[in-house]
Amino acid sequence: MGLLSDPNRRRALISLLTRLNAPICVVCYMAGVAWFMGLAFEPFTLRTYMSENAMGSTMVEERFPAGERALGTGREFSAHKKKAGGMPVDWLVKTMQSRGLEVFTQRFSRRLPFPDEDKERYMVKGTNVYGILRAPRAPRTEALVLSAPCSPGDDNNQAVGVLLGLAQYFRNQVFWAKDIIFLVNEHDLIGMQAWLEGYHHTNTTGMDWSPLQGRGGSIQAALSLELSSDVVTSLDLVLEGLNGQLPNLDLANLFYAFCQKIGVLCTTQGKLQRNDWDSVSGYSHAVQTMMLMVMKQASGRPWGDHGLFLRYHIEAATIKGINSFRQYKTDATTIGRLLEGMYRKLNNLLERLHQSYFFYLMPSLSHFVSIGYYMPAFGLLALILLLRVSFQPRLLTTYLLTDGVPGVLSVLTPLVISHLTGVALYTLPIHFQEIAVEHFPVSETEAVVLTAIAVYTAGLALPHNTHRLLTGRGTENGWKVLKLVAVLYLAVLLGCTALINFSLGFILALTLVPVAAFVTPDVPKALSAFIMVILSPACTLLFSVFLFQELQEMPVSFLDGWMLYLSVISQGILDHALYGSLVYPLVALLVYPCWLLFWNILFWK
Amino acid sequence: MQLQLFVIILFLFSPLVPQENAGQFFSSGHTNNWAVLVCTSRFWFNYRHVANTLSVYRSVKRLGIPDSHIVLMLADDMACNHRNPKPATVFSHKNMELNVYGDDVEVDYRGYEVTVENFLRVLTGRLPPSTPRSKRLLSDDRSNILIYLTGHGGNGFLKFQDSEEISNVELADAFEQMWQKRRYNELLFIIDTCQGASMYERFYSPNLMALASSQVGEDSLSHQPDLAIGVHLMDRYTFYLLEFLEDIHPSSKANMNDLFKVCPKSQCVSTPGHRTDLFLRDPGSALITDFFGSVRKVEITMETINLTEPIQQVEQNFVNEERQKETYSYVDQLPVSEIIHQKPKQKDWHPPDGFILGLWTLILLVFFKTYGMKHLKHIF
Repeated sequence: MGLLSDPNRRRALISLLTRLNAPICVVCYMAGVAWFMGLAFEPFTLRTYMSENAMGSTMVEERFPAGERALGTGREFSAHKKKAGGMPVDWLVKTMQSRGLEVFTQRFSRRLPFPDEDKERYMVKGTNVYGILRAPRAPRTEALVLSAPCSPGDDNNQAVGVLLGLAQYFRNQVFWAKDIIFLVNEHDLIGMQAWLEGYHHTNTTGMDWSPLQGRGGSIQAALSLELSSDVVTSLDLVLEGLNGQLPNLDLANLFYAFCQKIGVLCTTQGKLQRNDWDSVSGYSHAVQTMMLMVMKQASGRPWGDHGLFLRYHIEAATIKGINSFRQYKTDATTIGRLLEGMYRKLNNLLERLHQSYFFYLMPSLSHFVSIGYYMPAFGLLALILLLRVSFQPRLLTTYLLTDGVPGVLSVLTPLVISHLTGVALYTLPIHFQEIAVEHFPVSETEAVVLTAIAVYTAGLALPHNTHRLLTGRGTENGWKVLKLVAVLYLAVLLGCTALINFSLGFILALTLVPVAAFVTPDVPKALSAFIMVILSPACTLLFSVFLFQELQEMPVSFLDGWMLYLSVISQGILDHALYGSLVYPLVALLVYPCWLLFWNILFWK
Repeated sequence: MQLQLFVIILFLFSPLVPQENAGQFFSSGHTNNWAVLVCTSRFWFNYRHVANTLSVYRSVKRLGIPDSHIVLMLADDMACNHRNPKPATVFSHKNMELNVYGDDVEVDYRGYEVTVENFLRVLTGRLPPSTPRSKRLLSDDRSNILIYLTGHGGNGFLKFQDSEEISNVELADAFEQMWQKRRYNELLFIIDTCQGASMYERFYSPNLMALASSQVGEDSLSHQPDLAIGVHLMDRYTFYLLEFLEDIHPSSKANMNDLFKVCPKSQCVSTPGHRTDLFLRDPGSALITDFFGSVRKVEITMETINLTEPIQQVEQNFVNEERQKETYSYVDQLPVSEIIHQKPKQKDWHPPDGFILGLWTLILLVFFKTYGMKHLKHIF
């Protein structure tokens, strides 16, 4: 009895939805994809602007003079690094002290769950060295961080040199209202994680570190510098951090504003900005830049040393110096001035950066798309799932009444077994690497990755085995209930993922929503099985690897791509163990079982 | 005070003094000058508002108003801010020739003490007895007061310290209170904020003259940034006002019409406005120093003047009558004795509590008797 709505109209609407369900789903999918692609079209984006009043415009006078001396210091650092065979702790301590900073060191050590073949390390021991420049007149309540990694070989020597040069220059100024911490971290992300954990007195990843002797107050912002050449042609800004978290857009705006003021070429994702947005190549350039950002964000790994700061609500970004074949070169003095200007403006902050967006996509450094504009793309995809669920009234109760307990059991069993497989995918690779190494002639890393792939593939054989466990056959309508549960589960899962990491949620939705919408036991089995495997998370990852290399204009052959794919899996597992990245557990424990439920539906008997 | 009375009487009763001097001497009618200078914004990026207020303070002090007659309210401390590359200074221009902070500035209300409540209490004089003299506006009915406000404002309000506002109606009422309590002779009100003219729209008390840096709907702009310090140093209107005042000296004859010409639209970008309809004199006859300085006119006369009969004491004739003791006492603002010793208010009469309880018990018993005891279990 509809008192508040017209029952006839409701019935008409429901019948419309039921009749046209499939076409509406297809239209929604197309609309979602089109909306996403349209985000990079420049008239649909907004120009970036400074939202924080306290930072105002680029109204400072940068006077950093000592670029050459900084490069000389970098060369000294390189020589001592070679001599010490790692981080030249004593030399760094002495140099920082001579510049008037309060210097402290921190030791850390960590045994990785399995050897990291990309960076060739297993038992990691290192030392972080940091110097604190105390603000001359301010209480020690707030701090800013400038960090440069100590990388093996010849990398990032100039970064440390510029860091030390800036430290000396900053020490002579009286206008600092916050302490500035100059940090040189060893073993890049591991050292940074140890330092941050020590600074904030947390221990989330099981690392061993010595406590920090000196602190500077709560950190308001941090910049990480990567500079491996004496001159650069452009500066690249890296924003993506752990779990796809991004710093406040004001930090990117600040960088861009100073780049324009000083006249340095600035890029994001390594791609220069173009002015011809109305041409096809201009638009595709913007799409490529945005897709690179989406893929980097979806991977959930920190793409620079700054990525670990974001978890502590510290806005951080990495500035990389790129030296390519261009005529106009920027020298170290100009880079120093840019950093000086940025730090003077950050010095004026009264509160943490919070006025601008935390969720955005950047098709170029001067334009952005905020969450209000890109979420509808995901919303349209999630709508498909809801449409698929909506027209099955009273299904659950009917099912329970007619089929009773064996019916419920036949639905619960796939659920439980899928999740157990997920748990197996999460735990087995690391635990059984020793057994795998004994039995097969592979290294530990390969053992881990291949075990993961093996467990994944074994899951595909489940439907046949599940039904052997049951006493009878599955019921006719059992698969409908299972599909209802699975679709709702997928909707909730994707929705929550998209809120935290839009890119990951969107990419998973792109591949999983068609699977969820159209799989039934009645579709042709061989073809649908093939399509489902293509759209499964593992294959999505494989395609993403190839797409990523294409976007970066470094296409790979199939074999190289496969090796890259294996290393991506191992890095994903390592990121989870070392820094707490959530992508691997999400995929193994939640997304993969969900996909397995649909696989069970496909082979329902 | 006595001397002035004497001189006035001399001039009144002597026909030898030329009339125009006397006319000029009496044209303003004030005997002392006060200044209330308020900066309402805090934070480092509002450096220019503090610089505005300090530049007017500097001019006012230079022209003769002493610190005891200036109430200076600064919402934040720019000179000692950690971000100031030149500590203990506040500059008005980037060539840094003029440090308006000086070395003898006396701030009466600082930091969080600059609130709407304190400002209105200063104007109306309703301060607690423990307030020191430096924080009071001890003006009388012969005081000319200069009030200068600067900060962030809008149409009809001025923002104090990021958390509260004063509206133009409140301000007008405060001035009316001042008029009724005879706390000023003439009052010059200058405001340098965005849409400043809205703040003087509602004035209705006599003898008020108002100037604002911009009309309703316009923003007041800042003058120039200083890249070494990193902020805008001053607002345009006050910058040109300061420039104008630097040329005024205590014996200057410049009048209000010159003040109205300060910072035309070409320099200020906004259109400064002024309001003189409530001012009883002609603005052309009001000197700048009537408000900005503390000028006393003293004329030395070499002539002797014969007084009329010496002043005689009024004879007290209560020799025969009883002494009438006239006791004087202060009138309380609030009837304190009544408040302290008040009787409790008469409440309306209610029937006693027991009666009501018994009544309801009776009603319940009748109910259950009529409809049966089985309903009782629904209650208990």
